[in-house]
Amino acid sequence: MATVDPKLAVEFCGIFMKNPIVAASGTFGFGLEYDGYLDLNTEVGAISVKGLTPTARPGNAGVRIAETPSGVLNCIGLENPGAEAFVADILPNLKHYDVPIFANISGNTLEEYEVMAKTLTVEGVAALEVNISCPNVKCGGMAFGVQAESAAAVCKAVKANTDLPVIMKLSPNVTDIVEIARAVEAAGADGISMINTLLGMSVDLRTRKPLLGNIYGGLSGPAVKPVALRLTHQVAQAIDIPIMGGGGIMTGEDALEFMLVGADIVSVGTATMVDPRAIGIIASEMSAYCESQYIDHVSNLVGGIIMP
Amino acid sequence: MSGYVEMGRVIHNTQIGSDVWRMSVYAPKQAKEAQLGQFCNVRVTGGTAPLLRRPISYAGFDAKAGTIDLLYRVVGKGTELMTKLQEGDTLDCLGPLGQAFTTADRMLLVGGGVGIAPMLCIADRLQPGQEAHVILGFRNASESFWADLFKDSPVTVHITTDDGSLGTKGYPTTVMETLMKEEQFDAVLTCGPTPMMKGVAAVAQQMEVPCQVSLEERMGCGTGGCVGCACQGKSGTRYKVCKDGPVFPAEEVFF
Repeated sequence: MATVDPKLAVEFCGIFMKNPIVAASGTFGFGLEYDGYLDLNTEVGAISVKGLTPTARPGNAGVRIAETPSGVLNCIGLENPGAEAFVADILPNLKHYDVPIFANISGNTLEEYEVMAKTLTVEGVAALEVNISCPNVKCGGMAFGVQAESAAAVCKAVKANTDLPVIMKLSPNVTDIVEIARAVEAAGADGISMINTLLGMSVDLRTRKPLLGNIYGGLSGPAVKPVALRLTHQVAQAIDIPIMGGGGIMTGEDALEFMLVGADIVSVGTATMVDPRAIGIIASEMSAYCESQYIDHVSNLVGGIIMP
Repeated sequence: MSGYVEMGRVIHNTQIGSDVWRMSVYAPKQAKEAQLGQFCNVRVTGGTAPLLRRPISYAGFDAKAGTIDLLYRVVGKGTELMTKLQEGDTLDCLGPLGQAFTTADRMLLVGGGVGIAPMLCIADRLQPGQEAHVILGFRNASESFWADLFKDSPVTVHITTDDGSLGTKGYPTTVMETLMKEEQFDAVLTCGPTPMMKGVAAVAQQMEVPCQVSLEERMGCGTGGCVGCACQGKSGTRYKVCKDGPVFPAEEVFF
């Protein structure tokens, strides 16, 4: 299988990663689904597992996926077996792989976030990615993510109940993302993850109905990349904690563009839906670029965009 | 078990009905491992529009020749682009995916529309000692190409059309009960529109013959990662249609 390229190895929030690519939550199952398509031990920087909630959720009813121009709309609605079932039944299987696992958590109340933090602060989890930005469930996060004060409150609640690095996943569906990034940094966040999906809609002209069962859904894929790059650039200039940036990354070049605007590491999601091997391919494209451009280490590119 | 991403080579791509095409692709790894009822997720362009793959059931596979057969209906931009492919072109195929049908010695196969594809696959690959009747349901006599697909298969074909212009007027369920009383079946296997499959499953249950259904659902990844195609099972079990299905025991998903 693929060998590890030392030029891509990075440290993020104190976590060693063999490459700077995180499998984005919600697009990589619990990781095990992709064993066989990828060597999870060498080709994936870290895995952010499917978003977890305190108890099992069946997700939303009706159509949950719609294709849009160069994008995907989804309204899965955080279908998951619950945090405790994850720890008991799934995490033991993930321990066989040498890859950091990020537990992505959502809650309806501050108390739920506290409970989630406690439940998931266990051996085998490297970091908590705190979802305050899911657009597809009524309370599940986004209510917290659109206000600086409530975002900071969630961050503090989680920090108080874990000794793991806390990465806050921000929503792009806000007026001023920089204000929210600053607020969670001040509240003690160890890192920022961005962006969650952009709220969108798809219409079926034939039936004159919304295509998605949940009416609105989160847009991802190449269509959102310019928005994600701009937001990452703005946040990177405003804060000092590291950033996991992404939105529509399909190629190594896309990933490196995110690093140029200030992302320390990147997340790849929709690309995996198109090709289950995508993360490994993107990593090798990043390696090839560094090699061809005589770049000693990929981190040398972080924040290196040349402004006019 | 995971599938393979193969850059398949198109052997032929032929229109067989007004909006239905049949394509043969050289994809040897899938051809070798594919099982009845499994599917292939095809990426019709290397670009980003359309972005997602299209799940298509195998209508046939030939390990020796290294080919897979795909029967598809043109329903949107992705399948429209597929019709443009010619001999020698490349098609990115991911498969085999999903759970297969379990065959039996005396099978009743019921297919509707493009759901006839996996039934053809079963009919063409009967094992020694296996027999099958197949009921095909389609709109009218202009779609008789569906029946022609079975002309070399060692199965007895029954046809129903919505308007009665060919075979029996009505739906597959119209002839199913009589046929099941005349013949002794030990399994019913069906693929087609959900209302049809529900009807088929109800008759099978009434006749106390186990029924397997192949669900059709909008899929994101096809590999179990996005949970876009989930469905509710009996007793609350959650299934991913792409990975736990598409084939399920009828009583597990229709209840």
